This record gives sequence, C-alpha cells and structure tokens, in this order.
Amino acid sequence: MEIFVAILFVCLAVGIVFVRLSSVRKEAERLRDEPEVEISAPTIEAPAPEPRERLGTRVRTLLSRGGTEAWEALHDLLLKADVGPSAAARLVERVRARWSREADAESLLREEMVEILGPDSRLSLPDEGLGVILVVGVNGSGKTTTIGKLARRLAGEGRTVSIAGADTFRAAAGEQLEVWAVRAGAHIVSQERGADPGSVVFDAVKSAVARGSDVLIVDTAGRLHTKTPLMDELQKIGRVARKAGASVTETLLVLDATTGQNGIAQAKAFTEAVNVSGIVLTKLDGTAKGGVVLAVREELGVPVRLVGTGEGPDDIQPFRAEIFANRILAS
Amino acid sequence: MFDTLTAKLDGTFKKLRSRGKLHPKQVDNALDDMRTALLEADVALEVADAFLGRVRTRALSEEVMKSLTPAQQVIKVVRDELQATLGGEHVRFVVPSARRAVVMMAGVQGSGKTTACAKLAFRLKKDGRRPVLVAADLERPAAVEQLFTLGREIGVPVVSEGRDPVKVAKAALKEADRKGYDVVIVDTAGRLHVDEEMMRQARRIRDVVKPDHVLMACDAMTGQDAVIQARAFLAEVETTGFILTKLDGDARGGAALSITAVTGKPVFFAGVGEKPADLEEFHPDRMAGRILGMGDVLSLIDKATDTLDADEAKASAEKMLQGAFTLEDFLGQLRQMRQLGPIQDLLKMLPGMPGGKSAFKDLADQVDENKLRQAEALILSMTPDERRNPGIISGSRRLRIARGAGSTTSDVNTLLKDFEGARKMMRTMMGGGKGFPGMFTMPPKAARGPKR
Ligand SMILES: Nc1nc2c(ncn2[C@@H]2O[C@H](COP(=O)(O)OP(=O)(O)OP(=O)(O)O)[C@@H](O)[C@H]2O)c(=O)[nH]1
Ligand SMILES: [Mg+2]
Repeated sequence: MEIFVAILFVCLAVGIVFVRLSSVRKEAERLRDEPEVEISAPTIEAPAPEPRERLGTRVRTLLSRGGTEAWEALHDLLLKADVGPSAAARLVERVRARWSREADAESLLREEMVEILGPDSRLSLPDEGLGVILVVGVNGSGKTTTIGKLARRLAGEGRTVSIAGADTFRAAAGEQLEVWAVRAGAHIVSQERGADPGSVVFDAVKSAVARGSDVLIVDTAGRLHTKTPLMDELQKIGRVARKAGASVTETLLVLDATTGQNGIAQAKAFTEAVNVSGIVLTKLDGTAKGGVVLAVREELGVPVRLVGTGEGPDDIQPFRAEIFANRILAS
Repeated sequence: MFDTLTAKLDGTFKKLRSRGKLHPKQVDNALDDMRTALLEADVALEVADAFLGRVRTRALSEEVMKSLTPAQQVIKVVRDELQATLGGEHVRFVVPSARRAVVMMAGVQGSGKTTACAKLAFRLKKDGRRPVLVAADLERPAAVEQLFTLGREIGVPVVSEGRDPVKVAKAALKEADRKGYDVVIVDTAGRLHVDEEMMRQARRIRDVVKPDHVLMACDAMTGQDAVIQARAFLAEVETTGFILTKLDGDARGGAALSITAVTGKPVFFAGVGEKPADLEEFHPDRMAGRILGMGDVLSLIDKATDTLDADEAKASAEKMLQGAFTLEDFLGQLRQMRQLGPIQDLLKMLPGMPGGKSAFKDLADQVDENKLRQAEALILSMTPDERRNPGIISGSRRLRIARGAGSTTSDVNTLLKDFEGARKMMRTMMGGGKGFPGMFTMPPKAARGPKR
C-alpha cells in the first residue's frame, strides 16, 4: 500500500504547489510592474540598515516624539509581548491614525488595547438551576489548577460547587483534582482512570442536580487542538451533559500566557469544536504577557474572563483589560 | 506563511532572475518578509534580528551575488543558517555508562517535565540501562502519584522518600547505589524563572545530585518568553540541553531556534505524543524546514515548474482530494512523478507531517523500486476499462493480467486491495477536501499590516 500512498502524496503536493504558484505569479507580476529601483552593481559594503535597538523603557521617550523610529519601537514592544506581527501592525496603525504631537501615544495604545479587549466581562451563571462550566485546553495549560481556584472562589461567594473529573486519561489527574476539591470545599465526582469521560460527566450532572449544587465545573484531559478524535470527545461531553439534564453555560479555554502565536490556532480549534465562551489566561505571574489574546479577540471575538497569577488557591482574578494593557506597556 | 513568504520571495526573486543579479535593497525587502515569518513562528525578536543579520551578510557576499541563481542561493543561506543556529547536526544524548549517571529535569510549570522523565526512562531502559525515577516535585498536587503511575506503566522503579526535594534527591542517589540502578532521573517541580526561592531550590538539588545532564523541558508552543526562561535556567542550573515537548501539535516551534541560539545548548529530543514511546531524536534540518513551513518544497517547485504541466497537475490533485482517482490516474501520475526524480527523493522533499515527524522519510524508506515496477507492469497489462473500473476484474481477467505482467494472480489481488486501501486512507485523511493537515495548512492568514 505504501507505494500508492507515496505516489498520491507526491502528486498531491505537486498539485497544490501549482495551485499556490498562480498566486506566486500574480505577486511576481505585481512586483514587476512596480517602478524600478535604480540598480547599481552590488557591493559587499552595502550600507547596513540601522540596527534594531532593544527598546523597552526608551519607547516612552521615542513615542513622545513620534516618527518612524517610534512606531517601530512600539511594534517591537508588542512583538515581545507575543501580540504577533499582524495584530501588532494593526495596533500600531490604529495608534498612528489617532496620533498628534499633543497626544500621548502611550495612552492611545492603552486605549486601543482596552478597546479591543473590553468591556470586562463576568462568568455567566444561571440564577436558577445548575450552571455547568466546561474547562478545556492543551496539555499543561493550567486547567486543573484553575478549576481548583475557581471552585474555591465560587464557593467563597456562597455557591455550592461540584467538580467532575473528566480527565480520566492523564496519570494521577484524578488525585490532583481531588486535592483541589478538598482545598475548595467542593464535592467531586470521578471514576477510575481510563473510564469514559462522558460517563463521568453524566454521573456528575445527575449528582450535582440531586445535591442541589449551583455550579458544576468539568475538568477535561489536556489535548492538542490538532487531534480530531479528542476534540470530538469534548463535543460528546457537552452532549452528555445536556442528556443528563443540564447544559453547558460556560466553556472556558485555559491558555498559558507563555504561549506564542499558536494560541490563535488553539483558540480557533477549541472554539470550532466546543464554542468557547471565555478564556482563562494563566501563568501571568511570570514574565510572559500573553499578548496573543489580542489577536484571538480580534479574530474570534472570544473575551478573556479570568487570569491565573500563581499556584496558590487564591491566585485567580477577573480579567481587567486595563491592567493587562499596562503590563504590556510596562516592559 | 508559505503563502506569504514564498510568494513574496518568489516575487522579489523573479525580478532578479531576469537580471541575474541581486540588489541589496531587494535582499532587505526579502529579509523583512522573512522577519515577519520568523515572528509568526514564535522566534524571539532578538534572535530573529540577529539571525537575519547573519543571513544578510552572507546573502550580500560576492559568492551569492555573482552566482547565476542568487535567489536560490539566498534561500539556501537562510536554511543553512537556520539549521546551524538550531545546532547543525543532531546531537546524540549520551549518559556515562561506566558509573551511575544522573539526569535532572527542569523547566517551567506545565512544560511536560514529568512525562518527559518517563519517556527518557523508557528509552534508556530499552537501551539496556537500569534507570530509576525520582519524584522530587513535591509542589504540585499528585505530581508524585503521577510519576509513580508512569513508572509502573513502563516498568521503571520510582522513589520519593522525604518531604524536602533536596533530601528526596539525596536519598534517591543512595537507593540507586544500593540497588544498582545506573541512571537516576530526577523530576523537579515546575518553577517560574522569576521565583527566586524556587530557583535557589533547583540550584540546591543540582548541587546535591551533581547531574551529568540538566535537561530543560520547553513547550514547543512557547512564544517570546522562551529566551527569558532558557537564559534563567542556564544561569541557575546550568542546563546541558533541551527536550522540546508537544511538538505533535501544529506549533511552528520557533522557540527551538530561540533557546538554542541564546544558550548554545542543543535540543536532544522532541516529545511527539503522550505515550512513553513518543520521544524522538531532534533533527535540526527537519526543524528548520518546519519553522520556515516549507520543507524542501522550494526545490520541488523548481523541479515541477521545469517539467510538468501545471493544469494537469492541478486537476489530478483535485481529483485526489475528492478520492476519485483511478488506477489510470495513478499510472499517469506515476509516470509524471518519475520525470521529477526518484519517488523516494521526492518524498523526502515534502515538509514534515504535523509533529515534525519524519513520516515521509519513513514512507520513503518503505517504497521499494521493484514493487513500484511490478505495480506498473500489472496496471499496464490491464485494459483501460479495467483501470478505470477495477470492479469488473474477474478471476479470468486476473489470470490474464498476471500473465501479461509476468507475475501471479495473488500479486494482482494484493495490488487491487492495496489500491483500494490507499484510496480509502486518502479519503479519510483529506476529510472531504479539507486538505492534508500540516502539510500545506498555513497559520491563520491575518491581514498583513501596513509596511513600516
Ligand atoms: N505560576 C503559575 N503556575 C500555574 C498557574 N496555573 C497553573 N500552574 C501550574 O502549571 C502546572 C500545570 O497545571 P495543571 O493545572 O496541572 O494543568 P492542566 O492543564 O490541568 O494539565 P493537564 O491536565 O496535564 O493537561 C502546574 O504545575 C500548576 O501548578 C499560574 O497561574 N501560575
Ligand atoms: Mg489537568
């Protein structure tokens, strides 16, 4: 069978290359039609471009003056915060469009970021009946920890909280969640490792309803967003919850703030699969800024709901766009 | 990225080709596009700029400028530099075998340390070593249980005696010596580089276990923070190399370039899945292609444009995407592809599967030229009707076909079965024309900002 597959792949690749080539050609033609630069014989000592400086604190001074250098500095500042080249360029353009000598570029940038990310939102939980919060994300992003902190917070607000251990895959995931449930004073429903996550959720909904819980938080196994069967499994969890008599009110995507541009792909895939309603940005206690959420908000409209700022049980806060923007500006 | 980067480069370079020489300004334009591409792949800003500086110097060298194909030369320079920065050749992970060796795992939270420890132990065990795992992450709830469970699964002992990670590590060494384990793998708690106390603790563990290797687990999805983390861990625990984890996703993995560039330490392994066996040796050349998102497709393009008819190639690719191709199409393709070169070589030019896995290389190794010839002969001995509609091939026809190709009916049966299998496989893989994930899917094509 290999030989067939091999030929098919190569043929497919060549075909696709050709499809792409037409766009390449168009671009080439466009460039060809552009006015020509005077071409002199190439020299080795061609003047080097201005070295791109490491800015940071200099940004402010530069910004007060405006000019290309300032915009480049601003752009680089955003890049270092993982905003990504496209979103950074768009942001700089927005600031630039509003900038004048009297204006303070720093405030403009803050405003633009807040504009993109805001308004600050809250978790939506039903006034009556059981609210279900489904927590998803790639491996190690901080789902379980977030659930522990969130459960504690909600319990602190006077709600009765149940937790479902639907990560039946990772070693000791159940034990980890158990510890957090105790810390939060929440009731936990789990099964042995390898059990069907859907069946855990079914049981958990039933038991949460029976106990009259206000909220059920569902922990799921970490999964890379490229793995279709695993993404399907998440959809199934949602269906099972409905079948058991409750619907998912919030689907939170836990995103590690140290993640770069892949965060966009993650957000896209999880949103497509389970309709993410909000993001939890974790590990903001480090040096990472999590700027990719700007691009995510712009492209997908998904708001950030909460931020994680440590491993302690109280290290969780509602997301505040202004604070987030200030952190980026502070570099 | 392939879209924008290659399109841009090709556009820029087409112009040059007609003239045969390169203007520095054009090189700079190309490098600007390259910068965007690298940043989209999460290469750290400072690393990208330093890298492009080196490319520029080499691209403007006389040798490149005067060559007949400066454009290709520049692309080659980029790839070479990328691979060189990533460490050049694959660096083998060697642990001393004459005595008890120690490997310490470190890294930030959630980077995949515990899983990496188990994978490494599994690998060493397969190599005939007697590894022992040490659970010294006493911070995260159930981290110890996690390692014990993994150890049980792979049949490697796990120890964790004491309530202080330094003491746990110390006790583990004694235990290893007593029981004759020859590689001690110490899992440590995840820690952020800004947490001074935790970093000091890591230092103390290091001082006690005197590791032969300190591996830092780095998530392939990490963004600009990778350089800060890598530098901090190098300074505090003297990292000897990296494990790049979660490479089975679709992250471009620019972090690999960032961390190797700023530390000068190699990436030894890539984690490509959640199972103990999902650990691969890291190959800088493959990673270079992945970061650029183009494999050797560039050379494939050159070959293809020179030899093939574009419309035909496009049409058959489309057919294939719909799973509607026949043995006749296959024959046509086979012959066309042959014009491009040995199939094995072509396969090796394709960009990696998601996960940087060498799937095509493996595939290439399985393709046997003799089998290919036999298949060709069998198909040739069918009538055009039979090729288009294999369903009509009855027993007697099989015999005729086999005779015509000088083989047996069981060969005919295998061929038909294999073809149907391949067709089915392609159909499921393409998922109804969505395209083959990872091969040509590009990062989201956001509107490009204005040029600065
Ligand atoms: N510093 C810091 N560490 C965090 C934060 N949130 C989670 N962590 C740590 O990150 C690591 C992974 O967190 P988990 O909660 O286990 O992540 P997960 O997404 O449940 O992981 P899997 O279930 O294995 O996919 C743990 O060591 C946590 O303590 C945070 O906001 N700050
Ligand atoms: Mg978890």
